[in-house]
Amino acid sequence: MSQPIRIKDHEKDARLVRGRVVFGAIAVVALICVLIARLYYLQVIQYEYHSTLSENNRVHVQPIPPTRGLIFDRNGVVVADNRPSFSLSMTRERSGDWQQVLDVIVEVLQLTPEDRVIFEKRMRQGRRPFEPVPILFELSEEQIARIAVNQFRLPGVEVVAQLVRHYPQGAHFAHSVGYMGRINEKELKTLDPVNYSGTHHIGKTGIERFYEAELHGQVGYEEVETNARGRVLRVLKRTDPVPGKDIVLSLDIKLQEAAEAALGGRRGAVVALDPKTGEVLAMVSQPSFDPNLFVTGISFKAYAELRDSIDRPLFNRVLRGLYPPGSTIKPAVAIAGLDAGVVTASSRVFDPGYYMLPNYDHKYRNWNRTGDGFVDLDTAIMRSNDTYFYDLAHKLGIDRLSAYMNKFGIGQKVSLDMFEESPGLMPSREWKRATRRQAWFPGETLILGIGQGYMQSTPLQLAQATALVANKGVWNRPHLAKSLEGVKPVDENPMPDIILRDPSDWTKVNHGMQQVMHGARGTARKAAIGAQYRIAGKSGTAQVVAIKQGEKYDRSKVQERHRDHALFVGFAPADDPKIVVSVMVENGESGSGVAAPVVRQVMDAWLLDQDGRLKAEYASPISAEATARDE
Amino acid sequence: MNNFDRMLSSEDVMRRRATLLQRLHIDGPLLVLLLILAAGSLFVLYSASGKSWDLLAKQATSFGIGLVSMIVIAQFEPRFMARWVPLGYVIGVVLLLVVDIMGHNAMGATRWINIPGVIRFQPSEFMKILMPATIAWYLSKRTLPPQLKHVGISLLLIGVPFALIVRQPDLGTSLLILAGGAFVLFMGGLRWRWILSVLAAAIPVSVAMWFFIMHDYQKQRILTFLDPESDPLGTGWNIIQSKAAIGSGGVFGKGWLLGTQSHLDFLPESHTDFIIAVLGEEFGLVGICALLLIYLLLIGRGLVITAQAQTLFGKLLAGALTMTFFVYVFVNIGMVSGLLPVVGVPLPFISYGGTSLVTLLSAFGVLMSIHTHRKWIAQV
Repeated sequence: MSQPIRIKDHEKDARLVRGRVVFGAIAVVALICVLIARLYYLQVIQYEYHSTLSENNRVHVQPIPPTRGLIFDRNGVVVADNRPSFSLSMTRERSGDWQQVLDVIVEVLQLTPEDRVIFEKRMRQGRRPFEPVPILFELSEEQIARIAVNQFRLPGVEVVAQLVRHYPQGAHFAHSVGYMGRINEKELKTLDPVNYSGTHHIGKTGIERFYEAELHGQVGYEEVETNARGRVLRVLKRTDPVPGKDIVLSLDIKLQEAAEAALGGRRGAVVALDPKTGEVLAMVSQPSFDPNLFVTGISFKAYAELRDSIDRPLFNRVLRGLYPPGSTIKPAVAIAGLDAGVVTASSRVFDPGYYMLPNYDHKYRNWNRTGDGFVDLDTAIMRSNDTYFYDLAHKLGIDRLSAYMNKFGIGQKVSLDMFEESPGLMPSREWKRATRRQAWFPGETLILGIGQGYMQSTPLQLAQATALVANKGVWNRPHLAKSLEGVKPVDENPMPDIILRDPSDWTKVNHGMQQVMHGARGTARKAAIGAQYRIAGKSGTAQVVAIKQGEKYDRSKVQERHRDHALFVGFAPADDPKIVVSVMVENGESGSGVAAPVVRQVMDAWLLDQDGRLKAEYASPISAEATARDE
Repeated sequence: MNNFDRMLSSEDVMRRRATLLQRLHIDGPLLVLLLILAAGSLFVLYSASGKSWDLLAKQATSFGIGLVSMIVIAQFEPRFMARWVPLGYVIGVVLLLVVDIMGHNAMGATRWINIPGVIRFQPSEFMKILMPATIAWYLSKRTLPPQLKHVGISLLLIGVPFALIVRQPDLGTSLLILAGGAFVLFMGGLRWRWILSVLAAAIPVSVAMWFFIMHDYQKQRILTFLDPESDPLGTGWNIIQSKAAIGSGGVFGKGWLLGTQSHLDFLPESHTDFIIAVLGEEFGLVGICALLLIYLLLIGRGLVITAQAQTLFGKLLAGALTMTFFVYVFVNIGMVSGLLPVVGVPLPFISYGGTSLVTLLSAFGVLMSIHTHRKWIAQV
C-alpha cells in the first residue's frame, strides 16, 4: 500500500551508480595506499633486517628430528634404543654439479658403481630446497677421515652425526618389536611432511610400526643463519622437538629366551600370555633374524638370502602362520556343546573307533582305531576322542559352532597392538556360499569339531582361545605394550565376554584339560611328570599342505616337511591360571610328544624360582591339587 | 523530412571521424595500459622462471590468444550479451556440477573439464565473467536500489556456483566469483545498512565455516597467516620467504635477474602466485609502485567507463568487473606481503598462467564493448 508503482528512472539509476563509482574509487585508492604502506614497512623500515637475512645468505629453517622413544621389556631391559651413528649427507644446491661430486665420493671412499646408483636415487628423493639428504650411513672411522681429507673437493657434503635405531637384543624380538627402515617413496606420500621433515627412518613392522605415531614424537626446528657454504653462523630461533614416548613391553626377555631354548632350534612358534590381563609374556617365531640389518638399509644380497630361505625367517608364524587348530580347539568346542545343551558333563557316546552320519556310509575315524568304548566329556578331552566331538559337532550344527568359535576369536583379529595380524578363518554357511558357491555339507561340520577342514587359526588365536577357557570367558585382547609413558593402552574395540548359561561349564572343561596332563590315560601325561603345579592342556596336530610341484629340495627334507605340525596349548596353575602357552612346532608330528614339553618348559621358566620350586605368588591351594590327583 | 536528413548526415560525420580503433571497438587507453603490463610481465617472468624462454613463449602465446578473444568479445553489443547471459550462466553451473561429480568419482579435487584431444578448461574461469554479468542482467531489469527480494535472488544466483567452487576445493577462485557478484549489488546501490548488517553477520558465519565447511588445509592456511612462524617448515615457509624477498629489495631493488631469494629456489611458486616477490626483490618499492600505478590507471579507466555507460546493464557489469579486478590485485599483493591469508589468487597479467590471462583479457573485452557500443545519437 505504501509502495507506489515504480517506474524506471534512468536518471536516478545513473546518479546512484555514479555515487557508488566515486565511493569505489576512493576505496581503491585507500586500499592501494594500505598496500604501499605495507611494502614501505617491509622494504624501507625493515630493509636492514631482510637484507641481512638475504645477503648474508640466508635464513634457513632446519628441522630437528625428535628422539625416538625407547622400548623396554617388562623388567626394564632395553630392547630398542638409539645409537649415534655418522652418516654422509649432501645438499644439492650447495654442491654445484652434484653428479660430479657423487663421482668424487665414490672415488674417495672406493665404492662401487652400484653404490653410486643408490646414492643418486637417494638424492632424487630430496624434498625441500637446501635440505641435506643422507646418502651413506654407518660411516667407519676411516671413511670419515677420507672425507675430511678430501673436503675441499666435496662442496655441500658433510659428515653428520645422527641417532640410529639399535636393537641390542638382536633376533630375540624381531617378530614382536619389528624393525625400522628408511622411509620409502610410497610412505613419503602418506606421511605428514612437516612432522617427518627431519626424519629419515620409520617403523616398518611390529611395535615399531604399530606405535609409530607415539614413538616418533613431534618435530622441532631452528631458524638459523648460514653462510654461503652452508655453515651455521647463528641460531635465530629454536623450538625444541618433543621426544617420542617410551614403551614398556609386557614381554619378558628371560621367558623369551627360555621359550626359544625350549623350541631348541626347531622351526615353530611360542606365545605365552597372562590370561588375566592379556599381556603377552613371550612371543617367539623361529627362525628369526637380526633386525639391525634393516635399519640402515639391508644389502640386496642379504635380503634375498633371508627372503628366499626355505626356513622363512622373515615369516611371523605367531601372527601370520595359519594352521588348522586340530584337537587344540576341542576345549572351546566342548564349551559350545555344553552351553548349547547338546551334551552334558555326564552324557556319553559309544566309540567303536569311528563315527557314521545317519544315512551315510562314510566312516569318520577316531585317531585310536580300536575305539575308547563309552566316552563322557572328561574322557573325551583327556583322550582327545574324535568320535565324541564328531557327535557333538553334528548335534550342534555349523551355525552354532561357527558362532561360538567366533566368540573365541577364531576368524578375527584378536590382538590389540600387533601389526598385520592375520584374522584366520572360521567357516560358515555364508562363507562357503560366498567363496565356493556351494552348500554346506554335514560332513564338514564333523571335521570342524576336531579342528580340521577349512578352519584356520594363528598360534596367537589358539593362545587367546585357551586364555578364554582359563579366564572363564573374560576377554582381554593380547597386547605387547604394557604401557606407553606409563599409560596402559586402551582397547577401543573390546570383544564381548563369553557368558555361559551355566558358568560351572568352564570348570568342567578345565578339569578335562587337567586330565590330559595328569590323568592316568592323559595324552600328554609324560609332559607333566614332576610338575610342581597343576597344568591344564590340550594337544593337537595340523596337517601340512603338500609342497608345491616343481620345487626342488633334498629328498630327506621334503620328507620332513611333509610331516604334520605339532600343536599344544595349556595354562597353569590350572585352578588359578597365571600363564597361557600356545606352541606350534613345524613338522613336529606329535602335539603331546613334541609340543607339550615346550609348553611345560615355558611354564616352568615362568612359575618356578631358581631352585625349581613354585614361586610363592603362584602357589595354589594344595587341597585342589590333592583331590584332582586322586582321579 | 528535413530533420531526418540532418540526422543521417550527422551520423555520417561521426562515422567518418571514427578512427580505426573505434571501428574495431577498442578502447585506446585500456589497450596501451594492457600492452605495457604485458611487456613488463614478460620481463619479470623471464627472471622469475630462471630465464626460461620456453615459459616466456607460452605466456606470450597466451597473451596473443587473450588479445584476440578480447577483440572478438568487444565486437558484441552489450545488449546481445545480456540476451545470452542467462543461458551462459545455466551452462556454467551445469559444467561445475559435472566437475563436482567427476571430482568425487576420481576421489580427489578436480577443477578441470577434460575431453582429451578436444578441450581442457576450468568452468570456474568462465564464471568469473558470467557471474557479474548474470547479476547485472537480473538487476538491470529491476528498480534500483534493489529490493530485499531481488537481493535474495541475486545472492542465490551467486551462492550456487560459489558453493560448487568451494567444494572443488578452490578458495581463491570462489572468493573472486563471490566478489564479482557482490560488486554488482554494490554498484546497483545496495542499501548501506544492509551491507553493514551483512558485515556484522559475517563474524558468526565465519565461525560456523571454520568448524563445518573448511578443509584442514584451508584452516591451516589461516592459522599460518595469523602466525606464519608457527609452521615454518610447512605453509609458513612461503610467507617468510616472500617477505624476506620483498624486504631485501629495498627502495630500488637488486636489479633485474639479480634477485637471490627467488633464484636460489628459496621462494616457492615464484613465477605464479608469488611473482610479486620477485618484482619486489629485483625492482624494489619503485618497481611495485610503478606496477600499482598502472593498475590504478586501468581501474580508473574502468570506473570512467562505468560512469559513462549508457545502459544500466553496462554500468553494473563494468563497475563489477573493474572492482573485481582490483580485488585480484589487492588479495594477491596482500597475501604475498603477509597482510592476507594465502589463497590461490594470481597477480593479474604478471603471474604465469594462460587461463587467467585469457579470462582477464576477455573481461577487458567486455569493458571495451560497453564503452564503444554507446549510441552516438543519444549524446547529440
